[in-house]
Amino acid sequence: MTTVTNGVNVQALLDAREVLKGAPEAAQFTWRASSTWRDGVHSTTTVRDFFGLGEERSHKTESVFEADHPEVFAAEDNGITPIEYLLVGLASCLTAGVASVAQNRGIQLRSVQSTVQGRHDIRGILGADSDVRNGFNDIKVTFTIDADASPQEIEALVAQSQKRSAVFDALTNPTDVTVEVA
Amino acid sequence: MIGAGHAGLAVSRFLGGAGIDHLVLERGEVGNSWRRERWDSLRLLTPNWLTRLPDHPYQGPDPDGYLSAHEVADFIGGFAAASRAPVRTGTEVTSVRAAAADGQGHGHGHDGYLVRTDQGEIRARCVVIASGACNVPVVPGFKDALPDSIRELTPFDYTGPAALPEGGVLVVGGSATGVQLAAELRRSGRPVVLSTGEHVRLPRTYRGRDVLWWMQASGVWDQRHDEVDDLERARALPSPQLVGTPERSTLDLNALIELGVEPVGRWAAVRDGRALFSGGLRNVCSLADLKMERLLDTFDEWARKYADDDLTDEPQRFAPTRVPASARLQLDLRGGEIQTVVWATGFRPDYRWLDVPVLDAKGRLRHVGGVVTDSPGLYAVGLPVLRRRKSTFIHGAEDDAREVVEHLTGYLAGRH
Ligand SMILES: Cc1cc2nc3c(=O)[nH]c(=O)nc-3n(C[C@H](O)[C@H](O)[C@H](O)COP(=O)(O)OP(=O)(O)OC[C@H]3O[C@@H](n4cnc5c(N)ncnc54)[C@H](O)[C@@H]3O)c2cc1C
Repeated sequence: MTTVTNGVNVQALLDAREVLKGAPEAAQFTWRASSTWRDGVHSTTTVRDFFGLGEERSHKTESVFEADHPEVFAAEDNGITPIEYLLVGLASCLTAGVASVAQNRGIQLRSVQSTVQGRHDIRGILGADSDVRNGFNDIKVTFTIDADASPQEIEALVAQSQKRSAVFDALTNPTDVTVEVA
Repeated sequence: MIGAGHAGLAVSRFLGGAGIDHLVLERGEVGNSWRRERWDSLRLLTPNWLTRLPDHPYQGPDPDGYLSAHEVADFIGGFAAASRAPVRTGTEVTSVRAAAADGQGHGHGHDGYLVRTDQGEIRARCVVIASGACNVPVVPGFKDALPDSIRELTPFDYTGPAALPEGGVLVVGGSATGVQLAAELRRSGRPVVLSTGEHVRLPRTYRGRDVLWWMQASGVWDQRHDEVDDLERARALPSPQLVGTPERSTLDLNALIELGVEPVGRWAAVRDGRALFSGGLRNVCSLADLKMERLLDTFDEWARKYADDDLTDEPQRFAPTRVPASARLQLDLRGGEIQTVVWATGFRPDYRWLDVPVLDAKGRLRHVGGVVTDSPGLYAVGLPVLRRRKSTFIHGAEDDAREVVEHLTGYLAGRH
């Protein structure tokens, strides 16, 4: 068997799966982000610390995300719109899934590209029509994958990556959300 | 032996053959689940030529047909009689515990089992759990959030469309039970919505033969528990979308859509009286399409290598599932559109009487191929992929029962 190098340490993931089967407490993670209002609809959100495997942890560096609205919304456009961050999350999550599943299945990837498109009727957020929802009407992700695999195997990679995707699940299933004032 | 279903009776047959003194305790009558826990129209999804127990094949006039629940019960009754199985009907096991070994400390070793029943107590060196894998219908936790106006049924309560109120039905679950009930309810003239997560799509016939002929011939069903890639997943696999009818027609989502059933994604939650469905319907359908294709590839490969050319027709491929362009994501349960919810969300065993600590955190029996290694002398049969993929099916009982009895006789002889 040739060695596939997609750069994913699948063995570590499989080992973790075995260990966590018997230790569900350790599998409990909390992800965090902190946001500060700048001006107008511009805010800055930073992400660094999280909790997992029983203790507080940090990313190697802090990441900073600017969110704003485009000029057509009469805003300054200091960053992408919040809803676009969902597309970033979905694309990166599915892509990570494709790489991991490919590694696990012994499929060498050469390139993985995707475009994500979320259709959005903004009459919802503007309150212009109460029958229109605030969020996306639908989302379409299109992958272009070059790999040592049959078209059917590639289809299966993409299907399996959705099955194991945190963001796909978070977007397609309801989540209990609490928003409070401290 | 606890339970006189086909699995327990198959074990009894081999125990009898080995000259091992035993009793089969049954709370109801022989083949009880087929008499009490199946809906009126149910037929096996396995064809008659497959319906066989040790030395007891189906011998009726229609090998390609599918038995009704009552016929299955009679078939099992016939087997019990032919094997002269020592069955005590009307005897419910209320507790099984390890009997303390004389002269040994607490918790170390034991001397067989104390079996308490509503008819008295029995001491046994070995106990074989054959009480069934489908004793209790499983229903999701959000059930309690349903509006009171909705009538709810499990497959144990469901008899047929006539017993339901008029109006729309939401059938939950895309396994064999769900697709069969959805089709039957739709044919009764009711609007039917079918909510489905991951499911197993199969054509009824493939290359001119029952698809289960292929499962059998290609060896897929014989795959052993220690050969399966992901045993946990294999054991959790829902039943395939199949129905046994004289027309041998396929009952996948495309067939249901054709009938006018509306598919929606997996039911995820109830919020403000509304059912919320997953937006992942397209993916679960493509997973099912891809898995079916892979299975058909396996069949074709087997046929190329081993089958005579005239044995089967040409390879076939089936159209992908026609997922609606925009499946509904929510449904107002107070709007009157849906009057009844049918939970076809699976079954689980009931071990409330088992006072031996051998269940895992999820309430499943810990065993290796039916041998409960944590408690010597305790065995199980009839659980999903117990020893092979075919373990829970009627024809799958024979090989498992033989091997479990081999282990048990070895244990009694002091070999393990
Ligand atoms: C809806 C449905 C359709 C199915 N269709 C098919 C099919 O088409 N083909 C196929 O091959 N298989 C089919 N199966 C799978 C399988 O064949 C059945 O589940 C079968 O009933 C399993 O047999 P068993 O002997 O393991 O358990 P059961 O038939 O459930 O027998 C267990 C027995 O144990 C008794 N019992 C339970 N607890 C106690 C206790 N505490 N004390 C005393 N007695 C007890 C019960 O009364 C019962 O008689 C189907 C299953 C279901 C649920």
